Amino acid sequence: MAHKHKDGKKRPMTPMKRRKFMRTLVMGAGLIGTSLLGFIPVLGRWKERVRPPGALKEQEFLASCIKCGQCVQVCPVNAIKLADLDDGFGIGTPYLDTREQSCDFSCDGLQCVLACPTGALAHELNYPHETDMGIARVVRQESCLAVNGKGFKGQVRGPDYKGLLRYEEIDRWSPIRVSEHPYDLELCDLCVRQCPIEQRADQCDAGKPPSGDENQCPPKRAIRLVEIDNEDGVRRMKPEILDGCVGCGVCEMICPLEESVFVMDVVESRGWAA
Amino acid sequence: MSRITRSLSELFGYDPKKPGPDDYKPGAKELHAFQRTDAETKKRVEGIRIEIAEKQQNPTGEKLRLKRWAVLIFVNVLFLISWKLDIQLLEGAITGSRFVGFHMADVNSALQVVMAFKHVVLNLVIGFTTVFIAWWLLGGRTFCSWACPYHLLAEWAEILHLKLVEKKLVKDHPFDRRARTWFWIIFAVLALVSGYTVYETISPTGILSRALIYGPGLAMIWVALLLLFEIFYSRRAWCRYACPIGLTYGIVGTTSPLIIRYELSSCFHEGECRKVCLVPHVLDTVIKGRARDEEVEIGADCTRCGRCVDTCPTGSLKFKFKGLGNLL
Repeated sequence: MAHKHKDGKKRPMTPMKRRKFMRTLVMGAGLIGTSLLGFIPVLGRWKERVRPPGALKEQEFLASCIKCGQCVQVCPVNAIKLADLDDGFGIGTPYLDTREQSCDFSCDGLQCVLACPTGALAHELNYPHETDMGIARVVRQESCLAVNGKGFKGQVRGPDYKGLLRYEEIDRWSPIRVSEHPYDLELCDLCVRQCPIEQRADQCDAGKPPSGDENQCPPKRAIRLVEIDNEDGVRRMKPEILDGCVGCGVCEMICPLEESVFVMDVVESRGWAA
Repeated sequence: MSRITRSLSELFGYDPKKPGPDDYKPGAKELHAFQRTDAETKKRVEGIRIEIAEKQQNPTGEKLRLKRWAVLIFVNVLFLISWKLDIQLLEGAITGSRFVGFHMADVNSALQVVMAFKHVVLNLVIGFTTVFIAWWLLGGRTFCSWACPYHLLAEWAEILHLKLVEKKLVKDHPFDRRARTWFWIIFAVLALVSGYTVYETISPTGILSRALIYGPGLAMIWVALLLLFEIFYSRRAWCRYACPIGLTYGIVGTTSPLIIRYELSSCFHEGECRKVCLVPHVLDTVIKGRARDEEVEIGADCTRCGRCVDTCPTGSLKFKFKGLGNLL
């Protein structure tokens, strides 16, 4: 170890300087090393996150998100959370825990997309049906109430559940707690009944597109119930996910069972191109 | 070497250079010679004696420091208030926000995103430019001491550290300041090559801002570790030797009109300012015989925290907005 002095001759470092230099190297390696640990959750795919509407493909999304949470602040149903350190490079990025609180598109105008300052949520996105958060998958068909020919009466997910949904017939502008909206259904069809894409498609079929805007009409249906065998005379139906599903998670959230019949798959092809 | 190059070289971590015999302006040369006369030396020694006596009798404390903390807390809490009361005054977090609807982007975070994403986003350009101009006007690293949430916690950790040092329980272990420049370069390269905003993963500034607004999480462990490191091992280590945000804003403020100005003629060279300074190398000029001119502008690494201004017993260090005169 040597460094130049004024007279141009190289002289050995003093022990103090040498220690300082070594300490700096160790500190530097430690810091860079720590920051690179962020690779592990990303490469190991620890978390398959459902991202807010309009999210770019995962890698581009993580690159472009400035981790500010403006999308969190505008969401009327508080569906968006920010990831923590265990998401590695994904720290501070928005995601949805759809069972806890799904995106019900009650803002209509995709407020999170408009709020995003970096285009990590693609600004080209205008309508709920253009969203591509993932796709619902039926994972517990055997426990589904409709499959068992059962109805549903009462509060979905109990009185303490804090999840919100907009019920247009109650208040077009403010979502309310699901617990404040009890149901009485002969055959449970909550997943279809509350699906935001289905609701919009129904309105369009009835000649009343949302906000009177034809563009709001989803070109494809998202979920339906199909009749299944009823040898014992009990009417049974099973949920079927269709091409129009955007992965918003309302069906997963509204399923009144202890464990939802649905999960959201974050599909590889998900996401807008930058 | 011009003032700007000296300022940048200190910012990048090189030690301040002692002025050579030809580097002094005639006025400064005269003043230094005058200060070396026996009569003046006696006068200065006596002056310092009186200062110490006065300080013991009547400790004034640091008024500006509390005001600065109030500003810093206000800025950071405003994000939270604005959201919770839904007044849309300051939305987002310190990395990116809207101030009454107008885009703001932390200069360093915006650079990280652009390097990782490799697209230039219009909103980011607007936010970047606004914030760049604002902090250029206010002095660049002014961001650090007046707005960065980590700075506040680090100041409190520093108080503890100094108490422990006083009791000889711990020792400060300085690092090579050039490390910060290397970190800046390495994090830029990592963003470019990996396509991830690697630095944001460990940025205590972003972590703390989000923790305050959206609630704390695991990432606070990292912040706690940094603070412990500073309390027990190395004084103000993160801000002094590591933080690339500090370097970015230092560069932004290199030509800023808001500066701390040093006046040689009234200075007793007590060195009180250098004891409290986060970046004492910028105050190298106050050491007896070092000032190149009668008045010297303090360099870009200065965070304009004003502790030297508050501490200086002779009022030789003052805030100045060029073209407007003394501010305090």
